[in-house]
Amino acid sequence: MSDENKETAGSTDPREEGGRRERVIGTPSPARDKALLAEDDISAPAGAGDQLDEESAKRAERIVAALFLLAFAASVTFIAYFIGWSGRDGGMHGVEDARETNFWLGGTMALAFLAMAVGVTIWVRRLMTSKPIVQERHDLAADEETRSAFARDFVEGAEDSGITKRPLLRRTLLLAAAPLGLAPLVLLRDLGPLPEKKLRSTYWAAAVERAKAEGKRGVRLVVDGTNKPLRVSDFAAPGSMITVLPEGMEEHVPHEELLTEVAKAVTILINVPAADFKPAPGRGNWHVNGTVAYSKVCTHVGCPAALYEQTTHHILCPCHQSTFDATNAAKVVFGPAARPLPQLPLSVEDGYLIATDDYQEPVGPSFWERG
Amino acid sequence: MSETTTAPPKAVEGTLGFVDERLGSTTFFGRNVKKVFPDHWSFMLGEIALYSFIVLLLTGVYLTFWFKPSMLEVVYDGSYTNLQGVAMSEAYASTLHISFDVRGGLLMRQIHHWAAILFMASILAHMLRVFFTGAYRKPRELNWLIGLAMFTLGILEGLFGYSLPDDLLSGTGLRITQGVAESIPVVGTYIYMFLFGGEFPGQDIVPRLYMLHILLIPALLLALVTAHLMIMWHQKHTAMPVKHQSEKQVYGYPFYPVFMAKTGAYFLFVFGVTALFGAFFQINPVWLYGPYDPGAISSGSQPDWYMGFLEGSLRIMPAWEINAWGHTLSLSVLIPALLPLGIIMTGAAVWPFVEAWVTGDKRQHHVNDRPRNAPVRTAIGMAAVTFYGLLWIAGANDILAERFHISLFATTWFFRVTFFVGPVLAYIITKRICIGLQRKDAESVAHGVESGVIVMSPEGRFSERHEPAREAEMHVLLSKETALPAAPDRDAAGIPAAKGPVGHLRSRLNRAWTLDDIPIEEHGNGGHGEGEQKAIEGSGESREAKR
Repeated sequence: MSDENKETAGSTDPREEGGRRERVIGTPSPARDKALLAEDDISAPAGAGDQLDEESAKRAERIVAALFLLAFAASVTFIAYFIGWSGRDGGMHGVEDARETNFWLGGTMALAFLAMAVGVTIWVRRLMTSKPIVQERHDLAADEETRSAFARDFVEGAEDSGITKRPLLRRTLLLAAAPLGLAPLVLLRDLGPLPEKKLRSTYWAAAVERAKAEGKRGVRLVVDGTNKPLRVSDFAAPGSMITVLPEGMEEHVPHEELLTEVAKAVTILINVPAADFKPAPGRGNWHVNGTVAYSKVCTHVGCPAALYEQTTHHILCPCHQSTFDATNAAKVVFGPAARPLPQLPLSVEDGYLIATDDYQEPVGPSFWERG
Repeated sequence: MSETTTAPPKAVEGTLGFVDERLGSTTFFGRNVKKVFPDHWSFMLGEIALYSFIVLLLTGVYLTFWFKPSMLEVVYDGSYTNLQGVAMSEAYASTLHISFDVRGGLLMRQIHHWAAILFMASILAHMLRVFFTGAYRKPRELNWLIGLAMFTLGILEGLFGYSLPDDLLSGTGLRITQGVAESIPVVGTYIYMFLFGGEFPGQDIVPRLYMLHILLIPALLLALVTAHLMIMWHQKHTAMPVKHQSEKQVYGYPFYPVFMAKTGAYFLFVFGVTALFGAFFQINPVWLYGPYDPGAISSGSQPDWYMGFLEGSLRIMPAWEINAWGHTLSLSVLIPALLPLGIIMTGAAVWPFVEAWVTGDKRQHHVNDRPRNAPVRTAIGMAAVTFYGLLWIAGANDILAERFHISLFATTWFFRVTFFVGPVLAYIITKRICIGLQRKDAESVAHGVESGVIVMSPEGRFSERHEPAREAEMHVLLSKETALPAAPDRDAAGIPAAKGPVGHLRSRLNRAWTLDDIPIEEHGNGGHGEGEQKAIEGSGESREAKR
């Protein structure tokens, strides 16, 4: 704001202290007018100095008043619009009305504030009579005498209280205070349950168990969203990918826990062309003709690894770009995830895709007890 | 300040009297009404932060009238037709209600969000101003620490705030928060369970974050803002090294009426600009994201800007994990989540004390440095800016890859390399630029400045006439202190100073601090000539000799 505070040191403006000088042809003129400006005290970041030129002050006053009137009009429009138009036909209906209301209310509000702000700024710069002033800076620290006097008082107070000469008093007081400081931490215990084994299993375990109790070999896979069980023939096109959940979650999981169970059990089903598929050792029969199921919860920090590139068979997590190879037991190809996505053992029963067991390892991000 | 000072009107005197007789306040007012505020454009940055905080408080209170911090499932039947009949949490439904059924609700939401973004941006800009001008030096270290605390709290406040609507994007942010909490060794799963009241997402997190967001953190921020301002008021603001400003005096305009009116206008500007943005620039359109579903995600998910550097560091970290003795140490999460933030925050917090220790400068400083005059500080600052900036851009590597058609993995590798190289380069380049500018200053002082007047000598040689700098400029140029020579290794009797390894480290750092110092001093009568050039070179040589 202030010219005087300019950071640039070696300005290239012509200097004028030297008085008149001959002008060399082809060079800039010595610029008389700049000399008038360049006198010492141009400061005036604010205030018009001591004296005001009454005529220009009058002009500035009219400008400021016009801006204040504009602000007034804007606020009145704000109120008028709110009362008269924003809620017509019994309220806003949908995006269009909300957008229109937002433009009018926001626009008038911004105008009111900005017109006032500009008005006050012009007022300060053109109409306020004030001079820059100088104030002393004082030492913050007290002098030696005051300081030692206070130190004396402090020590004396401590002695008067007896806390320095009665160690029993002091120590028992500290002893009394220590557990009191710990008490609030104990109170926080009921913020949540202990982790126990909760992170080691998903709802697939309960679902498989229920299916086996009913004499089946495993639980059917249902499509996330429609909850329709999936036939092998429904999912025969190589390169397709879909999100699945165990059957029966809607009926059997308490309503308020549904989202939490889904967050762990959510699974992606991918049909990898059989020619490209390399099942992991010991998991030769976990897939159905190349149709393979992996946990959708990224092993990095738990975002859904939801993007699937058909040509490369890469599964990509859009949060931090961990990339897994669907053909090769979801091993990490790139990115910050350190472990492959856990695989769900699949099979077929009555033409439907089923899961025969839970994931064999905890899904989602790594944690200390995971091992 | 009219020349015919009349007695104050009764209303003024009466009110002042009433308050004074009860509080004895006139002494205080009298002392402070004309308090001087030095001027510089960069001093406004902190004001923007202050005023956007006030805008946040005002709009935030408004939003609480309708927002329901509850994760109970409801079926939406409001006026946003695209989501009618969809099951969602009450938090999300009430956010839609504020946006589409409360008149001005969308405006307040958008102003609140824009003000939050402006709040964090202006804090950062203000911090950079304070750092690069050395305004954190004694006696202002405490205010620097308070500022850092506010910046950290601001990050948390913002994260908790944009997590409240429980839309798909904010839920994804919480999922990442949960994953990071889980990675903490030994206590990670406990912190996770205690924070979420069970497994993710559970039913408790939104009400808990709501309490932290509207009560605990704002209260802490308000207390710290108050302390920050009171300390600033008490210590008097620093000044730039210009004419009339010195360690002994401060020069500027009085608080009342000039500064008060200016800062009032500034508040109006901040409110006006955030209102303008709220009116015309859409931000966080949660209705487009849909309610949170743990199995869903959209590509290009980005947090608010101030979380970007953490996002970036998570993205470029290689997959390191240690499995031993039945335990897992998830370095690929732990390091990026803690290390960059730790380096920047701890570094910033200890910096004023480290600098004072290295330079041995225990004096009070009220006049700021020009960044060029403290090359090591400025270079370290630019290295930190580069470090932070690269991580921040890395947080958008998917967007970069998509927009510029670069391989995603290539962008990641680019940031993995520049993460190490960038800050070093920034340090070297900045230091060279600072020293170059110092040389130029030294030359301006010795030779004068270019006048733009070309003179032809009798032999026909053309040269530009140099003239002494104006007094005000001279003041700025000469504001540089010549570095103090390090304490000699041997005393007068030739006995080596007793120094432990720490002492030697300190001497070495001190030498690094003052290594390329260019003294900028006036040499007698000004003007220009060969002699001046020699003087500069000579002083350089004498420094060589000293080493």
